Amino acid sequence: MTTFLGIPAPRGVGHLRGEHSFPDAARGALADSQLRRNLGHATRTIRGKRANVVGELDDWEQLRLAGSALKAATMARLDEHLERLEREVTARGGTVHWARDANEANAIVTRLVQETGASEVVKVKSMATQEIGLNEALEAAGIEAHETDLAELIVQLGGDLPSHILVPAIHRNRAEIREIFLREMPGVDPELTAEPRRLAMAARAHLRERFLRAKVAISGANFAVADTGTLLVVESEGNGRMCLTLPETLITVMGIEKIVPTWQDLEVFLQLLPRSSTGERMNPYTSAWTGVTPGDGPQAFHLVLLDNGRTAVLGDELGRSALHCIKCSACLNVCPVYERTGGHAYGSVYPGPIGAVLSPQLTGVEDNASLPYASSLCGACFDACPVRIDIPSLLVRLRAQHVDEQRKRRVPSAEAIAMAAASWVMSSPRRFAAAEKASRAGRLLGRRTGRIRTLPPPLSAWTASRDVPRPPAETFREWWARERGGAG
Amino acid sequence: MSAREEVLGRIRAANAAAGHPAPPTVPRDYHREGTHPAGAPELLDLFRDRLVDYKATVLDAPADGVAEAVRTALADATGNVVVPPGLPDGWWPDGLAASRLTDDRLSPAELDTAAAVLTGCASACATTGTIALDGSPDQGRRAITLVPDVHVCVVRAEQVVQTVPEMLAALEPTRPITFVSGPSATSDIELERVEGVHGPRTLIVVLVA
Repeated sequence: MTTFLGIPAPRGVGHLRGEHSFPDAARGALADSQLRRNLGHATRTIRGKRANVVGELDDWEQLRLAGSALKAATMARLDEHLERLEREVTARGGTVHWARDANEANAIVTRLVQETGASEVVKVKSMATQEIGLNEALEAAGIEAHETDLAELIVQLGGDLPSHILVPAIHRNRAEIREIFLREMPGVDPELTAEPRRLAMAARAHLRERFLRAKVAISGANFAVADTGTLLVVESEGNGRMCLTLPETLITVMGIEKIVPTWQDLEVFLQLLPRSSTGERMNPYTSAWTGVTPGDGPQAFHLVLLDNGRTAVLGDELGRSALHCIKCSACLNVCPVYERTGGHAYGSVYPGPIGAVLSPQLTGVEDNASLPYASSLCGACFDACPVRIDIPSLLVRLRAQHVDEQRKRRVPSAEAIAMAAASWVMSSPRRFAAAEKASRAGRLLGRRTGRIRTLPPPLSAWTASRDVPRPPAETFREWWARERGGAG
Repeated sequence: MSAREEVLGRIRAANAAAGHPAPPTVPRDYHREGTHPAGAPELLDLFRDRLVDYKATVLDAPADGVAEAVRTALADATGNVVVPPGLPDGWWPDGLAASRLTDDRLSPAELDTAAAVLTGCASACATTGTIALDGSPDQGRRAITLVPDVHVCVVRAEQVVQTVPEMLAALEPTRPITFVSGPSATSDIELERVEGVHGPRTLIVVLVA
């Protein structure tokens, strides 16, 4: 029985689908040695920090098990928790809005901003608003959205896209950031050096006045506590506190999966999240607010609860565990594939291993069909995940789903043809020997690099995502015959 | 159908499609309680260590020496030092170069011209070096501990607990809460930690024991 109508995120809006398949996008990234150096340095650094602070806790595995169970328990009663959250936020002076998808959420936020009369907003870094393309929607309505997280600012000023969940400008090094600031920041000191401290201070000066005059702020939420109506944003720089505290109006866009049932549950996640993400015992700042507090902070608060494909993910009994993700990005930093390709290759705001399972589920697997293959299935992501999402198993499951969909189309895939041909060749020693000899023709290819990057169809399906080594000058059988004097 | 009804309906249908998974029992066998009582000397040592690791400054003070420690903390401050309306008696040092400015809905621009802010706290966690502020009269609005560049925070020994669960249990969730672990910091440029972006660049903790 399939009466369930989980509806994926709409096409043509937001940032969940790339223009190119993963293999095509990754090819460019792999050839960019600067990018690979930046990524290698950054992921190595953060892996080391994370290992240190996780090692300090002798109850880390217990915390992971609690986190995993808490998420599964929350999803099983998600409707009740959301209704409770709505009641509590409303009772404390907030207004709750529901959005079926990206278009609806963008329309709600745009209307709310317009009702304040403001023509610009300050933004706290938020994956949900990136996912729905809110900045573009606001721009279309004549509202300027200013990102205030340093990395998001670098990305925005550089006319670039984020490439990591936690450090969106991970693909940029200090020299590149300096160039962006000199080019894009009005009134910046032309003597600015590439020292990270100097660059951070330039960002502070650039944003200060904007914070002090902002009337409307837009944020996401790391957690929402159902039974108190409390929202939380976890951050480092203080830009979050600025946005959440100084403006008159605060609009928070939150995926429906971000909820936890009780305040006590935060004791698990506030230990798992900072240690897994930045490798700190605790992030410098966390803000928690419940509705509106008279005389303290924004006096108008709107909470937008976003589906945008999440209920479609929830309808799959195994795939739903991707919604447990607390967006720490630990899986990105340990992934050998991410480390080499970077985040842009994934084509979605959710890159890396978790993105490879979350994006195809949010959009429907046919819209992100190459992502479940963007993995070596080495299992490092599962080990690193603070809420024990079994990403490798989910990837295999999505590959199976993709193959099933292909099969329904009745046109055999290139891979199926290639495998059938291989089986025919290998089932006869004579045919195999002939094929081995024929493979020498392949030595014409890849003479310079020792690698063959593209084979003619249908073999191009194989080389689309991997290079083939140049065939040897001599086959094993020929070597055997030569060395053992025909004894074989 | 309203978006609310439709999303809630989809969630119910999704849980049905997934076979109505039963909520698992949540194991709580991680450390909820610390091994030391609040304010134990071992905890204060740990708290100091964690604060210093995150580039905060720690000044120790006896119960009757808070003002002296605050004087040291604010020795370089000139202009205004913002204080919350309920600053405890005896914390403000006499004869300071800076003048005391009690917050009465100061504008962000006014706060931006202040040299420092002096507050108490609601609770603190030693393991993570975290201070929790909850808007009580000795801590004031969230904005006053955010905009000035120096935050001097008085923490009493008995407020220092060992674990994150103990700290959260000590707080009333519906108050506006700010958790502070060291001064503002960023790691966005090559993962190199830089202290001080938008919040106070200097955090001085006066630890009263």
